[in-house]
Amino acid sequence: MGSETCTEERLADLMRAALSGDDAAYTAFLRCAADLVRRMARRRVGEGSTILPEDIVQETLLAVHLKRHTWRAKEPILPWLMSIARYKIVDAFRRRGQRVYVSVDDLAEVLAAPVKEGEVDDARQIERAVAGLSHGQQRVVRAIAIEGRSIPETANALQMKETAVRVAFHRGLATIAARIGRQT
Amino acid sequence: MKTDDLIAKLGADNSRRSWSPAATLLIAVAVSAIVAGSMLMLTIGVRPDIGAALTTWRFDFKFVVTLTVVASAYSLLHRALFPRSGTHFPLWLLLAGPTLLLAGIGVELIGMPEAGWAMAAIGKNAVFCLTVIPALGIVPLGLLVWALRQGAPTRPTLGGFCAGILAGGIAATFYAANCTDDSPLFVATWYPIGVVVLGAVGAVLGRYAARW
Repeated sequence: MGSETCTEERLADLMRAALSGDDAAYTAFLRCAADLVRRMARRRVGEGSTILPEDIVQETLLAVHLKRHTWRAKEPILPWLMSIARYKIVDAFRRRGQRVYVSVDDLAEVLAAPVKEGEVDDARQIERAVAGLSHGQQRVVRAIAIEGRSIPETANALQMKETAVRVAFHRGLATIAARIGRQT
Repeated sequence: MKTDDLIAKLGADNSRRSWSPAATLLIAVAVSAIVAGSMLMLTIGVRPDIGAALTTWRFDFKFVVTLTVVASAYSLLHRALFPRSGTHFPLWLLLAGPTLLLAGIGVELIGMPEAGWAMAAIGKNAVFCLTVIPALGIVPLGLLVWALRQGAPTRPTLGGFCAGILAGGIAATFYAANCTDDSPLFVATWYPIGVVVLGAVGAVLGRYAARW
């Protein structure tokens, strides 16, 4: 869906229809909202953060769903939507113990073309999955899969037996595969 | 989960809807007043000479001040329920009550000889006042923070603080009907302590309980 269709008027019309029981309009509203929030989240969550912009999108959509009775039909809907997204971004950073300043002039930038859900997240997702492994598995997986060392080299560097390295590597990969598979 | 799947799930759940949080807040305020009023009547009651007291400006002025606090805290709490753009939050509105009270003190100081000032400020019910306002306000505070939760407060700590001040304003309004110290000097010295304590408790409650 192109951004030119996700205007203030269209969003407000869709939400009004949704609130009077039109499920299709509600789905269309959520799609529009997802595009706009994704764009804002991509801008706000810089490279190198373990926060996935798509997580922000989903948390915001869920919040929008649970709190849609806090939009008043007389009021503009974009500022409402964006302040929910901003709250969720700040919340995501705070839960990771980081502080972030999210400026209030996000409206202009979301009106440019939205971005689709996609590959940009993959590298972060893998990094996050690796970070979720046990310490021993993490060292082995990093050495082999990221630094490109061989199994004997790794065993030597980490002072482990080769069989132990092999086992840790395979378990680590299986854990990562399971984790990423579950999320997508 | 893919975002598209989430959208499909949420879209199918469109029929479930909640009340306007503004209506919830109104109900919470009404129940708060009933609870605080009943607690007052069931325990310490109003002062015996309330009929005569009502004809004095000092007694009536207490209610002007406490109801101003109620009105300003209510308008801020209402505002805190709704996500909106910008970070502007006119917290200074809460100064309306204290400003009125300062004017009342001015009038009192002009009309009263200096020797009486300290006695009027210390009064006879200071400890009682410090106990009763938080005691009457604690249930209203719980109700108001619950109402705040039904909204979508993007500044939950600030919202909780306003809920606490509102609970304190309601409690102070009822306590004022019992209290025999009517001088604005007494009101300004002791009432704010109980109200601000409730505000601080509300801020902490809001921070943890009104997150969403």
